[in-house]
Amino acid sequence: MLGDITLGQFYPTNSIIHKLDPRVKIMIALLIIVGLFVADSFYAYLLCTLFIAIAVFLSKVPVGFIFKGLKPLLFIMVFTAVINVFLTDGRTLFKVWFLRATYEGVIIAFVMVLRLFLLVTATTLLTLTTSPIMLTDGIERLLKPFNAIKVPSHEIAMMMTIALRFIPTLLEETDKIIKAQSARGADFTTGSILKRAKAMIPILIPLFISSFKRADELATAMECRCYKGGDGRTKLKVLKCEKRDYIALFSIVILLILIIFLNIFAG
Amino acid sequence: MIKTQNLFYFYQEQESDNKTQVLKDISLDIPKGEFVALLGHNGSGKSTLARTFNAILIPEGGKVYVDGLDTSDENLLYEIRKKAGMVFQNPDNQLVATIVEEDIAFGPENLGVESKEIRKRVDDALNAVGMRAYISHAPHMLSGGQKQRVAIAGILAMKPECIILDESTAMLDPSGRKEVMDTIKKLNHELNMTVILITHYMEEAAQADRVIVLDEGKVVMDGKPDEVFCQVDRLKELRLGVPEVTELSYILKQKGVDLGDGILTTDDFMDRFKAVIGK
Repeated sequence: MLGDITLGQFYPTNSIIHKLDPRVKIMIALLIIVGLFVADSFYAYLLCTLFIAIAVFLSKVPVGFIFKGLKPLLFIMVFTAVINVFLTDGRTLFKVWFLRATYEGVIIAFVMVLRLFLLVTATTLLTLTTSPIMLTDGIERLLKPFNAIKVPSHEIAMMMTIALRFIPTLLEETDKIIKAQSARGADFTTGSILKRAKAMIPILIPLFISSFKRADELATAMECRCYKGGDGRTKLKVLKCEKRDYIALFSIVILLILIIFLNIFAG
Repeated sequence: MIKTQNLFYFYQEQESDNKTQVLKDISLDIPKGEFVALLGHNGSGKSTLARTFNAILIPEGGKVYVDGLDTSDENLLYEIRKKAGMVFQNPDNQLVATIVEEDIAFGPENLGVESKEIRKRVDDALNAVGMRAYISHAPHMLSGGQKQRVAIAGILAMKPECIILDESTAMLDPSGRKEVMDTIKKLNHELNMTVILITHYMEEAAQADRVIVLDEGKVVMDGKPDEVFCQVDRLKELRLGVPEVTELSYILKQKGVDLGDGILTTDDFMDRFKAVIGK
């Protein structure tokens, strides 16, 4: 019932985008978000769209797969579009009852939806092409400079790794507890929402107790393997930037410069 | 390899000042390369004893020396844990990473070993436990016996001299138990690794070089498996069993069929049985 889950939404295809250094990919994803918010002209958006489209193409991830990630956002997109179409001042396009759609509203709505669409596509592409391990590794390394202001970069990454490691284990356990409680006559599927929420308590309590026990045992096991925090720790796989990573970084910088340039001269 | 001198340990009882004595005056000497089985019914202190061997617990009286290093010296903590690795009961609760090779690398990473050397150690450890084919699997996709072998490999990658298994076979099915037993026997024979195996399965204990029986925090029996297991009545007093064939030959002896003492394996039993019946 809860068994078949994949961790994250990693879609391995061994493409050049997959092979990029995770740090570079995270940075590019962040910079493209900045770019999308800074962009203020038709050509700037066109450039962003092109950039992301090329990335999607290079990643060899089926386009349908990416759109699947967009589904939950469909409501927000439609909602944003409708609000903008009807609530923006300007020249009247058409009228529905007392609501007035404006010409400017349609343009703003289009831009907003495009922006959301590109934003989500870019971040979805990041998680589709980067395995959870690489992602945590990348985050740990990127946060390292912030150690100086007491950001525990290693601890954050370690917590993410352990969380990822234990998701399937805890799901399996939840499944077992549900079955055990059902066997004792618990009913999780009928009644009002409140009643069903209350029925979850006999699942959550055993789950919590066993999680604490697991955490305790894991901590002992980690101590036995000489874990003493991030200081003096080495890595099996060292992240190394290669030519393609520099090219990728270079291209995003060019994109940002172009966007700013277009804002000033074409805006 | 591991030496304890007049070892004492207490547990503070919750909500009272009473202290329960868990280990009482234990003096043991386990030489390098020995395969020791540690037996005792629940609450006999065997897990507590094992935990003093790698400085997870520090004795409150007496000393524990691992390869000559005093476990009560905090500066030697990681040196000691590197030498004496420990594998636990629940395979799920000791694997840290989401990929087998990353998990095995966890120990050497903590020790600050160079990446190239880690790579080599991971490969060697996986080969030693016969899990090479699973290098990039996720731990939750493996069987119990396989997970436990990965856990053993994770310890091996730290290049220990001694490996302590705290009821590591207790949660496994028979085939998983066999996988783990075969692995540790191989490590003992081929790498001359000191093995300390805590178990409830007498058949497993019978495969060791030496059996130590604990009861209420004291060493009550200590000797070769055949010496220990021939004292069937004494073991029953201690609420422990003996291997099935040993018990069978004991019953047969009482009924007048004497096959001799010290039978620990089915093959041995069959040979002697055939010899007696053949007469």
